[in-house]
Amino acid sequence: MLSNNNKELRIKSNTENLASIRDFVSSYAEKAGLSGEEIDNIMLAVDEACTNIIKHAYKSFPDGELSIKLDHDKKKFTITILDFGSSFDPDIVPKPDLQRYYKERKVGGLGMYLMKTLMDEVKYTSVPGKYNKVLLTKNINA
Amino acid sequence: MAEFKTSIVNKGEVSIISVKGYLDAHTAPALENNFTELINKERFKIVINFEELAYISSAGLGVFMAYIEKIRDNKGDIKLASMSDKVFNIFDLLGFPLLYEIYKSEDEAIGKFSESKS
Repeated sequence: MLSNNNKELRIKSNTENLASIRDFVSSYAEKAGLSGEEIDNIMLAVDEACTNIIKHAYKSFPDGELSIKLDHDKKKFTITILDFGSSFDPDIVPKPDLQRYYKERKVGGLGMYLMKTLMDEVKYTSVPGKYNKVLLTKNINA
Repeated sequence: MAEFKTSIVNKGEVSIISVKGYLDAHTAPALENNFTELINKERFKIVINFEELAYISSAGLGVFMAYIEKIRDNKGDIKLASMSDKVFNIFDLLGFPLLYEIYKSEDEAIGKFSESKS
């Protein structure tokens, strides 16, 4: 079988583009036959990953490059997001503690927690000075 | 472009912010402005009506976290109302029901402010 399922979106690191990114993911996932709830969860996880990249890797600089690649087979749906900004160590992001946020008025880490909760796998790879890669995987319930 | 709109209506002491569309990192500043405006006017009793909200990401949830302490310090509160199941699930995943009162309807949320006054 030909692996011609993959599709890529290249877009600038502007929060204005989050809506286009969500549309790209949801229309692809719809064609792939995923359920409404699965599509919503994947869309949110991708939004969170891209928001983190825009805010942290590119420090809200709107002209950075983002590449979002989608692929799927019968068993899983994968999203690979590349950026060329500062590298990022996901292990330093602690599990969020809402009570502590409430006291300290800090809200970081919520996005990472949502990604890990909504997806089956979240994997970060960094090649410093070259690129950062986020791989999100969702197993498809047959 | 993400469509997001808010409107504010005052009913007595309570201000209701109705949110509509997509609340994400791009549109969250519009809601922040609403909170700043109400706080500047010393209107600390706030209900958020989520009936027409289609989508929320953690950037949107962060807005409620950013203002809640100041509002409660001033004897006010942010009460949440009329969420779809989809939007509620995201709040629930992050543990918000422990920190915020969430009601089925806007009227119920408004009513809770007068109950707590007596």
